[in-house]
Amino acid sequence: MAALNIIVTAKQVIDHEIPASALSIDETSTRVTAPSSFKPIVNGFDDYALEAALRLKEAGGANITVLSVGSQFDVNIMRKTLAMGADRLILCQDPAFTNLADSFTTAQIIAAAIRKIGEFDLILCGRQASDWDNAQVPLVLAELLDLPCITLAQKIEVTDGKVTVEQVVTDGYRVAEAALPALITVTNELGEPRYPALRNIMAANRKRPTTWKADDLDLDPAMLTPQLEVIEVAFPSKAQACEMIESEDGAEAGRRLAQVLHEAGLI
Amino acid sequence: MAGILVIGEVQDGHIAPPTREALAMGRRLAEAAGATVSVALISHALGASAQEAIAAGADQVYTVEDALLAQPQIDLYLAAYQAVCAAGTPDIVLLSRTDIGRELAPRLACRLGVSLLQDCLQLEIDADSGRLIATRPVYGGNVLARVRSAGTPQVASIRPKVCDPLEPDMSRQGDVTPVAVALDAAMAKVAIVRQEVNEGHGVKLEDANIVVAGGRGLGGPEPFAELEELAGLLGAGIGASRAAVDAGWVPANWQIGLTGRTVTPDLYLTVGISGASQHMAGCSNAKVIVAINKDREANIFRESRYGVVGDWETILPGLIQGIRDLK
Repeated sequence: MAALNIIVTAKQVIDHEIPASALSIDETSTRVTAPSSFKPIVNGFDDYALEAALRLKEAGGANITVLSVGSQFDVNIMRKTLAMGADRLILCQDPAFTNLADSFTTAQIIAAAIRKIGEFDLILCGRQASDWDNAQVPLVLAELLDLPCITLAQKIEVTDGKVTVEQVVTDGYRVAEAALPALITVTNELGEPRYPALRNIMAANRKRPTTWKADDLDLDPAMLTPQLEVIEVAFPSKAQACEMIESEDGAEAGRRLAQVLHEAGLI
Repeated sequence: MAGILVIGEVQDGHIAPPTREALAMGRRLAEAAGATVSVALISHALGASAQEAIAAGADQVYTVEDALLAQPQIDLYLAAYQAVCAAGTPDIVLLSRTDIGRELAPRLACRLGVSLLQDCLQLEIDADSGRLIATRPVYGGNVLARVRSAGTPQVASIRPKVCDPLEPDMSRQGDVTPVAVALDAAMAKVAIVRQEVNEGHGVKLEDANIVVAGGRGLGGPEPFAELEELAGLLGAGIGASRAAVDAGWVPANWQIGLTGRTVTPDLYLTVGISGASQHMAGCSNAKVIVAINKDREANIFRESRYGVVGDWETILPGLIQGIRDLK
């Protein structure tokens, strides 16, 4: 079987492990920021998408291109995708690509970049980005590129020009198939992505990603006007007093909890 | 007069509960905007769903009935719903973020040429502009964003269980309008080979009045047996945090959270769960949250009504014994 051409979309985001208390909100620009001491990361679910691509590479051969769109990249962070085993990294970086809260606009930009890349067999995307949690871009991308779309993959296999996916549903999973080329979104049920070996990290640091600007893409400037407007971002107010059940003895505390819940009519 | 169209789901000839919630939300917005509420129902077998939808708040029901809609084929569903949107020309389109809604909403919005307001907790009509404003969680639920779309129609997907359904009003009147759509099996680009559903693990999480959930603090798969004992005593559903699922301790469909299942029980009892916002996104509408965790600073205690700080190894047996003593 010929090696698959796989495109993996990736987004650079604020590290989702950062505690909420460390986040700041700029009310004027309606942006959320983290202190510069916290490095950004490649969106967690995109690691899973790349892991799925790497498993396909191991199974039957693949050329993996990681594609990312943003206004400002930390190239060392994005190079992790090369260290994990991707063959090529393309960064579409332009100040015009600032308003990524609008998934519809973002998908248009990514579609233009994919058309520039040319041929592909599979596009793999993380199911959502941990900053805006929209879970939209991959689906809009499938529409724009007129591709079969299967979401929430926990397992992906390719045989004879056809992709077979185990798709997570609420009470289990569904097995779905489509002809290539196709777009698949990937979820954490796939299993932990690999850590890059140190030698691969060092090799990746010597590689230079391809960079494209807005002008390099065949984009209608009207596409760059976001349709979605962020009016306000704010921390949710929390007013909850927790009644602590204290006891020297854990078992006694457990018994008291049962009584408290019973008295409250909950059990 | 502005029109609000609810994209409804039909299951076994009845409207699905999230559709009732979306109709209630539609009615609320309709009151504010002076609008009518219609609903799109598509199925291979509509059964009583059209009349149920009218009783649940719809002024108008658009129906598409076709044998090809028997399977969850999103490509076919899209063609059917798109035809209803063309017939109804709504100003606002509402969907629920169900398994189907997750796929349908972004793709339908794209076909309508607009951006989707995704996973909304709250919707309101802005008094000045008459536009829809959505409140939605971002950054894993750590931040709330208020957003607005510039396009027409304005399309929003609503998180299940954030809006209570209305009491069915059988005296309500409404029109039922069948919509003709030429559906073709060849439209389906994805073949569904089979479904593997995990039946019968006790109470379905989304329906449970009590849910117990375990997290990273349990340390491994074996302690979940004790949690199952607790769940059995309480007649509760059982779930887990993503950490426990990713560690392989429990099946993936136990996962409760932003990605995972959403539960709204009267009582949500957590053991060894830190309360990260991505987890709370799946349970924050529970009426009472209880936390057992050995870390006094854990975020879960900021979200809980009752808490016990300490080791679950001693607390949980005590809790179980305390419940047995009540019987």
